[in-house]
Formats: sequence, structure tokens, C-alpha cells
Amino acid sequence: MSALNPSGWQPSMGDAGTSGEGVFTSSGDRGLMFEEPLSFEIGAIDKCGVDMDEPEGQPVAALGPFLRKSAPDLPGLTEPETVRHYSRLSRQNYGIDLGPFPLGSCTMKHNPRLNEKVARMPGFADVHPLQPPSTVRGAFEAMDELAEWLISLTGMAAVAMSPKAGAHGELCGLLCIRAAHDHAGEARDVILVPESAHGTNPATAAFAGYRVESIPATASGRVDLAALKEKLGPHVAGVMITNPNTCGLFEPDMKAISDAVHAAGGYVYCDGANFNAIVGKVRPGDLGIDAMHINLHKTFSTPHGGGGPGSGPVVLSEALRPFAPLPFTVRTGDGEAHLVEESNAEAFCHTLAFGRMTAFHGQMGMFTRALTYILSHGADGLQQVAEDAVLNANYVLRSCDDLLIAPFGSAGPCMHEALFSDSNLPEGFGTLDVAKGLIDEGFHPMTVYFPLVVKGAMLVEPTETESKAGLDRFITSLRHVAKRALDGDETLHAAPVLAPRRRLDETLAARKPVLVWQRDPG
Amino acid sequence: MRYLPLTAADRTEMLGVIGAGSVNELFCDVPDGLLLDGPIEGLPLHASEMAVERHMRGLAVRNLAAGDAPFFLGAGAYRHHIPATVDHLIQRGEFLTAYTPYQPEIAQGTLQVLFEFQTQVARLLGTEIANASMYDGSTACWEAIAMATRITRRGRALLSSGLHPHYVAVANTMARFTGDKIAASTPELSASPGEDELFAQIDEQTACVVVQYPDILGRIPDLARIAEAAQAKGALLIAVVTEPVALGLIEAPGNLGADIVVGEGQSLGVGLQFGGPYLGLFGCREKFVRQMPGRLCGQTVDAAGKRGFVLTLSTREQHIRREKATSNICTNSGLCALAFSIHMTLLGGEGLARLARINHAKAQATAARLAKVPGVTCLNEAFFNEVTIMLPRPGGEVIEELAERGVLGGVPLERLYPGVDGLRNAVLVTASELTEEADIEALADELTQVLA
Repeated sequence: MSALNPSGWQPSMGDAGTSGEGVFTSSGDRGLMFEEPLSFEIGAIDKCGVDMDEPEGQPVAALGPFLRKSAPDLPGLTEPETVRHYSRLSRQNYGIDLGPFPLGSCTMKHNPRLNEKVARMPGFADVHPLQPPSTVRGAFEAMDELAEWLISLTGMAAVAMSPKAGAHGELCGLLCIRAAHDHAGEARDVILVPESAHGTNPATAAFAGYRVESIPATASGRVDLAALKEKLGPHVAGVMITNPNTCGLFEPDMKAISDAVHAAGGYVYCDGANFNAIVGKVRPGDLGIDAMHINLHKTFSTPHGGGGPGSGPVVLSEALRPFAPLPFTVRTGDGEAHLVEESNAEAFCHTLAFGRMTAFHGQMGMFTRALTYILSHGADGLQQVAEDAVLNANYVLRSCDDLLIAPFGSAGPCMHEALFSDSNLPEGFGTLDVAKGLIDEGFHPMTVYFPLVVKGAMLVEPTETESKAGLDRFITSLRHVAKRALDGDETLHAAPVLAPRRRLDETLAARKPVLVWQRDPG
Repeated sequence: MRYLPLTAADRTEMLGVIGAGSVNELFCDVPDGLLLDGPIEGLPLHASEMAVERHMRGLAVRNLAAGDAPFFLGAGAYRHHIPATVDHLIQRGEFLTAYTPYQPEIAQGTLQVLFEFQTQVARLLGTEIANASMYDGSTACWEAIAMATRITRRGRALLSSGLHPHYVAVANTMARFTGDKIAASTPELSASPGEDELFAQIDEQTACVVVQYPDILGRIPDLARIAEAAQAKGALLIAVVTEPVALGLIEAPGNLGADIVVGEGQSLGVGLQFGGPYLGLFGCREKFVRQMPGRLCGQTVDAAGKRGFVLTLSTREQHIRREKATSNICTNSGLCALAFSIHMTLLGGEGLARLARINHAKAQATAARLAKVPGVTCLNEAFFNEVTIMLPRPGGEVIEELAERGVLGGVPLERLYPGVDGLRNAVLVTASELTEEADIEALADELTQVLA
């Protein structure tokens, strides 16, 4: 019995008899599990959920040859139908509001609703990016306040605020590095990337015009410092390191790596996807890092929204600061925050900017949410975030490592992610079965088959916003599903059987892509 | 701390299970001296919801909200009425707090929305297919250029002078690192969008011609003629739409021959938000699908034969292809795509057309009234909801003086083209369904006084 559940109530255990299989329904819906057609199948071209009066006169005559021949072929719905369509669709989704979402490397933590309220204040939500500066002082102020927090939390010299997501931030960091080498008259064309890196790392390096060379990992899941040193040379522009890394481990040699790269004339890019493990505990600036993106949608809780929007400000070292892209904010001696853009870059002595990454100033709607989150926690709360995130991950690790193989478990504690492998599961069973089995248990699965350096990887990131009782429920289910696999329970291959859909045929989707709806020719 | 559920007793018990004496033992891989022993100095400590809200409101009220003044700004970000339904639905936790749909069995809500979104975007742009969104219009524009260079194996992109200067800046920034050549120019203050100057520059090395429609000065280029000229030389036409509401009234670029159509989708369902988050629209011919950037949602069936949706063709993407991917994009703009799609569903095709007619009528009324202000002339002959006006003195100072009088009068072109003398006196003025008669009168009156 816990304090929250003094009655000791337990959910009834699921069994085949209660799932309703075999019951026919004429609607296709099954109780609260709804089927929903496409909007195109229920909408009509003459339906509209917005009342508007037709303008007077013949206003379109001036457009003559440019006029559209017919209205776009887009069926509409009235308001009640629209609300119902999307509400019913939402019921087919799992979200962090419903339960743990332990996707490793994604940091799916609770999204505080105050952040949503603040972002919707008219002074933030209803402001045009090109309004006269005198009318948006508070917006510059908010951007700058967040920038100062990010600089302080990371121990870096500056921050480029405009990147739109993590991968965009990676690009920003690499372009700073290229600009710095260009400025020094050095032609370096290689970026070193550990083989355990996120796919965005090599993709970004290639996008920025670099060749990618891989650095191997040691048996303990860390960057092989000796192998890295061997690869350094006058052609190496820099390295991209994730720290804590994608195996959920801190890189203890990080400072030595940075020193070696700097000695060889390169720069150190750090993928900040896993910053949640160390926020308020370790400053990346103290590790010799030159650039690191911060996923505001991970560490600082802006909602993922089913795949974005993200936001990826990039903190920079003193060496890379001059090359930061426009625009960004600075605070002048009088305490006023200003936006530095093309028109005033010279006045603010920022003439080496590598350019502009996006229209306008970045994800303001995410800045206000992240700042609200940061102010709520404060320096003490953020430190507690990292500690609880790491504690929760280690609790999962040690609660399951007797059943599932923890490839680096014997080497010591993990950071904010517990990594397991399917290598002890019997022939024919794998990570996919465990993941799909967890869906039937009512959980979102962990990240699967990543990092690639571990066979059948299962990367569990519980985050700090899970209670112990919630973790215990998850652990019980993970153990139950792992046990089913270990016992060779063939019914697991059919999982999930209790979700809105069974396993989907991804091969069919890719072989004959159907990407837009078309009216059935029949 | 209200967001942290672990109690002190929980922490002690969990450390016991782990076999650690303290939480700092879990950070044992951090070298000595680098682990901070207390909260970072000089930073504020945790604060209550009330206190944080008060602080943030204090910042918000230092901004003049668009809804609190006669408002005429556009230039790539547009203020439209967003039905209350949109914001309510996107805040349903199952949409708001879901991740990218990697586990499709429990993400059909997001996936079906993306499939509907792709269909809506394709039909709106007049393309065969569309993806599940990009970060915004400017990054979608660069991605389209990169895609055109892959398809044509040519390295030169020709940008029309009417392309938004921020989009040009993004393309120039990227090209500086990829080695592609960008040919761009600043617009002339003429009623014609300058197609003839463009034709002269298309050659056998041109991968693509990039044309904004309507353009940065509100003019409407003849896309069909440009498509013909580009394709005659083996180049692709990329059309860029920063105001998708326009496509309720003027022909879709895909129907005029554009090979790739990209756009800024913010106008539908997404607020101004001082510049982001927005969403990039991306449509093209079906034969280019394997060169497309970004997420794609496709239809399939599940093991029981039911229709369902999945992310597909991921062999183009970074998490599979790594350095050989078509783009490094990972997170896109899912929630903004949802907002766009809900607003589009509420409108329907006929509703969008009516909304577009209202916008055009308001812009006509605004332009006609401003033309009567002494010293003001209108540049445009054909326009949708945005016109360029020319003033007897620099637009930046006029707009600043109007702001002092409580009117947000437009975007001075010198903000977008610093140092370009020929554009200094011009201002871009935008109207929408939100523009009222009294707003137009207020702008005209104040402008008359400022210019007197």
C-alpha cells in the first residue's frame, strides 16, 4: 500500500476472456475503441465549419488570368463533426499524459500546462516577427532571458537561438565549425562520428559538406580514445560526440577527447540530446565542448506534438561565438535586450556570422514554454531533475537486469537511460516482440534497435516525472513480457492484440506507396 | 517541486535496490572536480506557478499584441482568424504529448492526421504528393533546391528577385557549404514581377528556378510561362507559397506546371508567435518521391487486414541511411501540421475560397484607401492580400512613427533589404479577414498625419 493508494486497490489482471474477442459489432467500434474514417470520406465540398459572409461586389476581377478554375477539391466538415473526427482519432494515440513513454534518447517527460498557458498569452502568441522593435521589447527580453539560462547551465560563451530542432541545431554547430576553419584559411573535410551516434549526426555532417569517418566503441560502450587519436590530423575538422552517449553512459574521457581534438586543430561538437541526465550537475563547457545543441523539446519539456515542433538552440564556445548565425539577442549596458540581424550586425560587431538558418528568429513559442519550465524549476529544481532521471533509470536497470541482458550493466551505473539487449531471448524471439507485448500491457515501448552497437537494443528512458509506483507498474510489465519471451510464448508474436491496430505491414507501405487519399475509382 | 513525483523515502528505497549509497554515486563516471556540488550559483531557485506566471506576464505585456492595434503586417507571416476548435483539439493530450509515431499500432491518430494532411497539402498545392511537413517555409525552400540538384545533377539554382529575402539568405547560407551556386537578385519596384529578366538567366547548368507566388512585393508571377521556360532547358520549377490562403483564389502552382511546390503553412491554424514554430509545406511530382526530404506517411494494412497508416520510405532518412540520407531532418512540425489540417477541414475547399475572396476584398479596400493618402502610391496591378506602397520618405521611420501612434502599419522593405537604396521608401501592407473598416481608416488617417 502506498500513500497515494491507501485502499490497496489493484487493477484486475487482463485475460483473454475480458478482451471481447469474438464479439461482433456492426459499427466496427468496440466499446471505447473507435474506428474513424478519413475526413475525405465523411466530409463534403459544400460543408464548412467557419461562418463567413461573402464580400460585396466583384472583388476578384482584377485577378483575371490568375483565378483558380474551381475551388480546391477539399471536403469540409461542420464544427461538431470536426471536433468528433479529431477527438475520436486522438483516442487511437498514446501520449505521455496517459502513461510512461520511455523512449530512450527522446526524453518524454511531463509537459506542464502552465507552459501552454504562457505561450498563449497574446503578448507572445499574437506578435508578428517583423513588428517594430519598440513594440516587442518583452519578446527580446524573453529570448535573452532563456539564452542567459542556457549559457549558465552549460557554462558556454554564447548561444544561437534560431535552429528549429535538434538536427537543425547540429547543422548550425557544424556550420560554425566550418566557418571558423574557413576564416582561418584551413580546408578540413572530415568529421569523426562514433558508430553509436544518432543517425542525424552523420546525415548532418554530410549535409554540411563533410566526409564522415567512424570511431569505434570500447567494450564498455565508450568512445575509444586511442582509436580517435589515431584518426586525428590536419584533415579533421572536428568530432561529433553524444554525451551522455547513446548507450546511456557518461563519457569519462570527454575532457581528454576535447583536448586531443583541440590540439589537432579541430572542434568538438556535442549532441545534447541527452542533456537531461546532467542538467545542473555537469556543465558541458567544463568538458571542452565548442558547440552543443539543446533540444528544448526534450530537456526543457516543450511538447513533442506527435513529431514536432522542436527547438534546438546551440550553445557555443568563445572560439565559435563570432560565427553564430543571425539573428540572436544581446543585452546592452543599459539592460535592454536587442535583436541582432542583418541590418545591425555591424553595429553589434558581429560581422563573421555564417549566415541565416531560417526566416525570422526561431521557435519563440518553444522559448516561452522552455523559459517557463526553467523558471519553475530554478537551478535547484533542474539539478533534482537530472538526479531523479538518473535514479529512475538505474532503478529500472537493476530491477530487470536479472531477466534481460544489460550489456554495460556490470561496468557500473547508467545515466538517464537503461540499456538492454535481446541476446538472451530464445531463437525466434526478439526486441520487437518485447516492445509489442508492452503495448498490450498498456505502455508505450522503449526505443528499439538503437543504438546499433548493441544487438536487439532496448533503450529505456523513464525520465524524472515518473513516480516510483508508476515505475514499479512498468517494471512488472516489462518483466512479465520478457518472461513470456524467455518462456517461448508463441502468442507474443501476434502482439499487440489489444491496441487499435495489430502489427502493420510496413513492407507493403514502402513497396507500393500510397501517400495521398484517392477516391475509390469504383 | 510540483513536477517531480519521487519522495525522499522513494529515493532512499530506490538507492537501496540499486545498491548505491547516494545519488552522486550514480554520477561516478564524471571525473573529479567536474560534478557540481550544489545548484549553479547566481541563478534563481524554483518558483511557484503563480510567481512564474506573473513574471512571464510581465514580459508579455511589454509587447504590443497584433490584436490590440490596427495591424497590417505580412511578408511571410500572416495573421488570420483561428477557430477556437483548432486550439482546443491540438491540446488534447493524446496529440500534444505523443512522440513521432514510431509504434504505429498506438499512433494511428497522429498517422491518420498526417495522411489527411498530406492529401490536403497536395490538393491545395496542386501536386501529386506531399510530405508530413518541414520546419518552415524557408527551410522547405532550401530542401527543395537541394532536391532539385540531386534530381537534375546540376549545381546552379536561379532564384527570382521576388523570393522572400530570408528564404534567399537561408539558401545562400546552405549553398556556401554545399558548393551549389545560387543566383539571386533584389527586386525592382515595378508592377511586373520580372519574368523576362529571369528567362534570360536560365541555362543548361540551371537545376531549378525558384519563384515565389505571390511574390515578396505582393505581385503574382506568371508561373505557367516560367515553368515552360525552365523545363525547356531541363530545369525544374520550384514554386514558393508563403500565403497558402491565396490558393483559395489563384490557381495552384502544381496545376501551372511547377515540379516542386513548397510553402509556409502558418496562415492556416497557426498563430504568429513572433516567428515560430511554423510549418513547411512540401509537395512534388510522384516520380521524385525517393528524393524527397522529411517524413512520409503511407497507407497499409495490419495483420488482421484493417486499413492503417505508417511512416514509410524511411530508407531516404537519416536514421536508416545516415550520411547518405536525403536530408538530416528528424523532428518536423507535427503539431502545427495538425493545426493546419484541422483548420483546413473546418474550412473545406469552398470555405477556403470564400476566405480568400474576403482577404482579397479587404486588401483592395486597403490599397484603394491608402492610394488617396497624399504622397502614397501603390505598386501592384494584380495582388492577393498584400500590396507594396511607396512613400515620400524612408518606410522604416514612417512605420516606427505609426507604431508610436498605436498602428502597426506594415513591413518596411528596408527591414528586409537593409542598405538597398531603391527599396528604402517602400512598405509592404497586408490585409486579411481580420482587417476592419476602422483599421483601414486608422492607418490612412495616421499615415496622412505622419507624412504631412
